[in-house]
Amino acid sequence: MRHALAQIAGVLRRMFESRLAGSLNILVIGIALSLPAGMYVMLQNAQGLVSQLSGTPQISLFLSMDAKEDDVDKLRKKLEQHPAITRTEFVTRDKALEHLKESTGLSDVIGGLKQNPLPDAFIVYPKGGEAQALDELRNELAKMPKVELAQLDSAWAYKLEALLKFGRMMVLILASLLSLALIAITFNTIRLQILTQRDEIEVSRLIGATNGFIRRPFLYFGAIQGLLGGIMAWLIISLSMLLLNWQLDALSRLYTSQFSLHLLSPGDSLTLLLFSMYLGWLGAWLSVARHLSQNEPR
Amino acid sequence: MIRFNQVNKRYPGGYQALKNVSFNIAEGEMVFLTGHSGAGKSTLLKLIAAIERPNLGSVIVNNQNVGVLKERALPYLRRNLGIIFQDHKLLFDRNVFDNVMLPLQICGFDYRESHKRVRAALDKVGLLKREKSNPIALSGGEQQRLCIARAIVNRPTILLADEPTGNLDAEYAREIMTIFESFHQVGVTLLISTHDESILQDTDVRVLALRQGELQPADGTTSHSSRPSNNKGQVAGYSTGSGQA
Repeated sequence: MRHALAQIAGVLRRMFESRLAGSLNILVIGIALSLPAGMYVMLQNAQGLVSQLSGTPQISLFLSMDAKEDDVDKLRKKLEQHPAITRTEFVTRDKALEHLKESTGLSDVIGGLKQNPLPDAFIVYPKGGEAQALDELRNELAKMPKVELAQLDSAWAYKLEALLKFGRMMVLILASLLSLALIAITFNTIRLQILTQRDEIEVSRLIGATNGFIRRPFLYFGAIQGLLGGIMAWLIISLSMLLLNWQLDALSRLYTSQFSLHLLSPGDSLTLLLFSMYLGWLGAWLSVARHLSQNEPR
Repeated sequence: MIRFNQVNKRYPGGYQALKNVSFNIAEGEMVFLTGHSGAGKSTLLKLIAAIERPNLGSVIVNNQNVGVLKERALPYLRRNLGIIFQDHKLLFDRNVFDNVMLPLQICGFDYRESHKRVRAALDKVGLLKREKSNPIALSGGEQQRLCIARAIVNRPTILLADEPTGNLDAEYAREIMTIFESFHQVGVTLLISTHDESILQDTDVRVLALRQGELQPADGTTSHSSRPSNNKGQVAGYSTGSGQA
């Protein structure tokens, strides 16, 4: 145990001795990681926004202006018996107008109207949530008698959702590529380390060091460098988010809404750090394994 | 303790370093290995530590056929050997104390106990006062003694020394020999290679003389260096004769 601590202390001392090259490495790793991780955070935020805005999907059925109470009752019955619909809500044209007055602050303008321009409407809450099924339902409802227009309210949300899926795939590809880059960076750093410690490795092997013993300090080095790179990435992302929020604050005040970007959650932060640590460890492992297999006694 | 049976070693490129070498060293024996440079002394020592492997024949150390040991098992073989290298192989990025500490670190020795052992080993070779120095600041003789301290700190049962007095003047060489003598007295098996036969003049130890890769018949001191092997057929077919070059 004390030997392991001594080894870690040795690794830290060595890192400190080459702190300039080391910090550049850490910066490169940090930037490489912050790109996909930052995109991921933005996507998370967009996703939160979408689910907040869309909620459950609804279909608005606007009836034609000449629809009588009779027609409305018939339609209501049909809708209530429909297997794909959970419930419906009837909004009279008067209520709709009132709601419009309240929510938009255009009461003066609306008050000046000679007659109510709004039709009666049903708000239909469908059962499933799949975009295609919703679309079919909407088409079916549109063909019902006295229905002027059927509008799928959350259609745009589904389109955005698809867009987000596309974005997530991009993050995944970017993350994979940059992970490879991170492994390559560590591989190379460790290779140089090995070259400067060639003598130590050779002597250690000659006096009975196992491959594990030789590997260990390099693995520590790779893991620590990866961890520091991960912390750097975390700082880059957090700082960027703070700057963006600062700007966003002014923007959202103009729209009298409250919206700000969330930072990385504690869980995601931990994942980021562990992942970068693991990649550093892996790069180091590959590098040492290659050296050891090349320098085996025949 | 160390037994060679019809050992042949040929390096890639065709150079035949050892031809049909057979000998046996008993536990606690001190044996000198002589010969001109290029006679195969270093190769012979490397075969014992499995740094090189024989092409034919078997090398038995501590009842283990080290020529066929798996890579994984080599570290544990080497921990039982103390090796004093011709080129010292000291590490100049750490002080004298830490150089001697290395073998104990490798074995995962208890931290406090290992400090005691390092001091004891340094005391044995007379370097205790230099423990904080960098090995680069030591004289040739001191570096050699440091190398010995590192080889013995693990308390190995077998000590291999490759030209330990190689570049030293007579007085230093005698000092080193005295140290080896003291290990011999406590029962360590020693195999010491040298091209300098003058250090053997006032001793009557057993000598293995190599010439161009072949072991020369013993000249008097003992006769069991050419004792026929009875190794229960561990070596299947060593058909290569010494006539082959």
